[in-house]
Amino acid sequence: MSQDYDAIIIGAGSVGVPTAYFLAKEGMKVLVIEKNASAGQGENKAAIGGVRATHSDPAKIKICQESLKIFSTWKENTGTDIGWKEGGYCFPIYREQDAAMMQAILPIQKRHELNIDWIGDDELAKVVPGINRNGLLGGTYSPEDGQVSPLMAIESFTHEARKLGVEFKFREGVQELAMEGNAVTGVKTNKGEYSAPAVLNAAGAKGTQICKMAGLNIPIVPDSHEAGITSPVKRFLDPLVVDIRPGPEGKTKNFYFGQVESGQIIFCYTPIDPIIGEDKRATSEFMPILARRLVDLIPRMKGLTIRRLWRGLYPMTPDGVPIVGKCKVDGFYLCIGMCGQGFMMGPGIGANLANLIVKDKPIMKQSTWDFMRLDRSFKTDDVERLA
Amino acid sequence: MTDIQSKTTDSQSKRIDNRISKHPIISADSEATVTFTFNEKSYKARPEEMISSAMMANGVAIFNKHHKDGTPQGIFCANGQCAQCLVLVDGLPKKACITAVKEGMNVEELDGLPELPADDDIVPASAIPIVETDVLIVGAGPAGLSAAVELALANSLEPELSAGDLKVIIADDKLELGGKLGLQTHNFFGSIRDCHAGMRGMDIGTLLAEEVEELANTEIWLDSPVVGVFSDGLVGIVKAGVYHLVRPKHFLVTAGAREKNLAFPGCDLPGVYGGGAFQTLVNRDMIRASNRLFIVGGGNVGLIAAYHALQAGIEVLGIVEALPQCGGYKVHLDKIKRLGIPVWTSHTILKAEGNGKLEKVTIAAIDNTFIAQPGTEQSFDCDTLLVAVGLAPVDELLEKAKQFGFSAYAAGDADVIAEASAAIFSGRITGRKMLQDFGHDTEVPNEWYEMLDMLRAKPGPMYELSAWKKDEAKIYPIIRCAQEIPCNPCTAVCPKNSIRTHDGKLTGVPQFTDECIGCTRCVVICPGLAITLVDRNYDSQGKLALVTLPWEMPQGTVKPGQIVKTTGFEGDDIGQGRIIAIKDSKWQNRRQLMLLEVPMEEAEQVAGIHIYEPAAKVAGSSASQDDDWDTIVCRCERVTKGEIIQYIRDTGCSDFNALKAALRVGMGPCGAKTCNELALRLFRQELGRDTEIEPHVERPFTFEVPISAFLKGGNSE
Repeated sequence: MSQDYDAIIIGAGSVGVPTAYFLAKEGMKVLVIEKNASAGQGENKAAIGGVRATHSDPAKIKICQESLKIFSTWKENTGTDIGWKEGGYCFPIYREQDAAMMQAILPIQKRHELNIDWIGDDELAKVVPGINRNGLLGGTYSPEDGQVSPLMAIESFTHEARKLGVEFKFREGVQELAMEGNAVTGVKTNKGEYSAPAVLNAAGAKGTQICKMAGLNIPIVPDSHEAGITSPVKRFLDPLVVDIRPGPEGKTKNFYFGQVESGQIIFCYTPIDPIIGEDKRATSEFMPILARRLVDLIPRMKGLTIRRLWRGLYPMTPDGVPIVGKCKVDGFYLCIGMCGQGFMMGPGIGANLANLIVKDKPIMKQSTWDFMRLDRSFKTDDVERLA
Repeated sequence: MTDIQSKTTDSQSKRIDNRISKHPIISADSEATVTFTFNEKSYKARPEEMISSAMMANGVAIFNKHHKDGTPQGIFCANGQCAQCLVLVDGLPKKACITAVKEGMNVEELDGLPELPADDDIVPASAIPIVETDVLIVGAGPAGLSAAVELALANSLEPELSAGDLKVIIADDKLELGGKLGLQTHNFFGSIRDCHAGMRGMDIGTLLAEEVEELANTEIWLDSPVVGVFSDGLVGIVKAGVYHLVRPKHFLVTAGAREKNLAFPGCDLPGVYGGGAFQTLVNRDMIRASNRLFIVGGGNVGLIAAYHALQAGIEVLGIVEALPQCGGYKVHLDKIKRLGIPVWTSHTILKAEGNGKLEKVTIAAIDNTFIAQPGTEQSFDCDTLLVAVGLAPVDELLEKAKQFGFSAYAAGDADVIAEASAAIFSGRITGRKMLQDFGHDTEVPNEWYEMLDMLRAKPGPMYELSAWKKDEAKIYPIIRCAQEIPCNPCTAVCPKNSIRTHDGKLTGVPQFTDECIGCTRCVVICPGLAITLVDRNYDSQGKLALVTLPWEMPQGTVKPGQIVKTTGFEGDDIGQGRIIAIKDSKWQNRRQLMLLEVPMEEAEQVAGIHIYEPAAKVAGSSASQDDDWDTIVCRCERVTKGEIIQYIRDTGCSDFNALKAALRVGMGPCGAKTCNELALRLFRQELGRDTEIEPHVERPFTFEVPISAFLKGGNSE
């Protein structure tokens, strides 16, 4: 069988599209197959668009440093605005135990040359105007993190990928993988068969189903998070803010929000009991809880108006680190289990994967890259489940 | 002190009063006594008046400058559906058309994005009220109110059962019951017995409202937009500014309709808005929103809007209708043609022009493929252009409820677009059917279904009018009702029972036979103003006859003694007549009778008087390709037709959601309510009619909700 493409990517989402772009940039002939009618119609459009390198897991730090580089220079390089806003991330802290935990991670982060530090309550109140000072101890602030519009970004990545010759097939669902011995050699969809020496699983929340076609069982369980956005107001808030306290209502862990470049406040919370499954229908519980948490933290938020609510899926791995790279099936590459961080990691993963496929090594150190292997221990690290 | 006084004098000297003081049908029930400021100038509003109307009454028609490109924004839906009338109210952005003026309110034009007020007061804890009900009705218009009346029968049906205590909540976003009935100052069609035909819509609204206010089982929630339906069975309602969650066992959507739109160059100029919006301003709020008006769309809404405009003393330049015939009832069409209003069929609006507000419209003839014909352009100076091109059901809550497995029902326009009288029957039938579903022993009368079918039907065929001839008769009515429409009040009011419809059917064309005593009751009751009375006894010489016409124009439009041009029923010129008197009628409130002396031989032809002359045309030009390309399709995000077409061409995209992501079409406050159809049309135009277009995903809220609404419930303890 002749090779139709150099690489086939399953899923035109936060990860698949940037990966296609970087592969094409390396001169590869790339096909992206997507069951939805256009790019970014899975979890991409549900993302709130925060991008930070200030994680604790080294692989995620490296990936997001790469992502930040790509996002922040995108307009310069392509002429297209993707809503990049360098406003940083801020974790305001009200409890001693949280302060201790956050401060304990700082040395790891600094080792990776991340611009993050602990700031006192006065300084934090300048970074987050109007924040409730009652009990505020201070917090961490990483000014070089930022926000991007997931909608504008996927649009632009798709556009640029097309310019480099990437083909997109929409409304096509992968039904099976073509296998030769222990190697994946192509895909069969409801509309056709395509072959390539490299097949990438970037199917997001549906990634487990694709893996099953290759005989792989992977430990990813999607849970559902609700999010929303306000009407726009003039810029008053720079950083994306993460409040890691549990909510007074007893149902939420952390919650986070930021003002996007075009002025809307976008927000989300993490429920204590994860809502397992793929249900994305709106619930009545979300907004009342979120409204209360927002105004308790920043009382002036009471002057905002809520425009829209939605839900998105977090394809969770047991340790909060994605599953990326080669696996025991030849020609089959994984980039799944993004744990709700697919948007911020997408370009970084794409750039590394392209390097891996074309030059047989990722951009980052191989040993760091290997933190994301499928055959790892998956020990939980709570910190990585934040935002 | 001196400074303030001089300012007041200054603003008073320039004071504009656009309130309608002289109207043949309606009168204001209150004076403008509430003081508010707009951009630091002091103005007066009527109690409970919406900010937009109060502003327009005072000559202010620009509410904000769009945050994307600074273009001035005027009224558009006047119904809380879009956000074109966003203003700052005491520092916070609010929709002027659904926010009532309060004493001392500080209103400001919004220039770009609003600033979040630095109000750092801590908000005490509170809880969201959760309310259980058997039935939640969304929308207190004709369908919702009628359903509520039927649902209340549960009590009388089985008083011994607790099931009799059916709790009903009827929620509406407006401050009054009745929905759009309140805007319907004209007489309704239908039958007197079944749906108050011959009464004015607003009076029917009052009747229904009073009936529902009496119902012990029914809670009325006004100022309560229903904003979201959730998968856990709850419904979000912002009741008087406080977010409530309602858990209904059954959910009835009677939310009515919203106006469809057209995209043409200049359609986003202040002064271009909906026919329904206009009726709200003129008939509900009694604002003379315009001086010179043009209308697109010859359906009932457009035709009636023209008539309502004339009644409000507004000059109507004409109506264009794209089809070869107007879609509205012929009687509505004829009554404006008789007054001299031009109606151009097979014509379209080419463009609207103006510097920051509408100043000129250009129309043109179109061929049978709806392509404008060069050389047929006509331009007119005007300040207002109404778009009345049909209605679409407000059914997004219904669709979500069905998806989420609610016990969901719909009635009225939310179910099927039709006349308000049809909505009454639709509501009644649905109310009864719900009772049946709940296990009550009740029936839906068969004739209700028949009535509903008739009232929903398009107007039937036209008939040749056969004049009734009886040489010796000296006084008799001429009935010019030649189209099968569901209407028969004339048959019910004739004291001699001399008017009958064909086969006695409601839709049958009525005919006079037999005896007439000249009582004028038929002239007065006919909703279509299609009956005149001829008196041949008037002149002993036998040269002149007296014709009695129904008359509903403002006082002073014409005067007794005046010689006027007479017209036939369809506005054709007949000759001249002399107005003898304009008198109040004994039989019906608010319709006057005009006694017109005409030559004997013209007496049977004369059906009206021609009082308006065609407006002068002005120089104009056809719309250029650039004009067309720059047409705004998504008003909220200011996205043009050209941008959308270019995107579809470049990408081959057939997914509305991609359009949202790429261009922000439909991502603004209205949530694609306004542009959905327009954008879909462009998809079909570019990709072919048969291409599958992925519809845009609807998410809550259907109506933006202030965060403060979630914080004002009762004590959380």
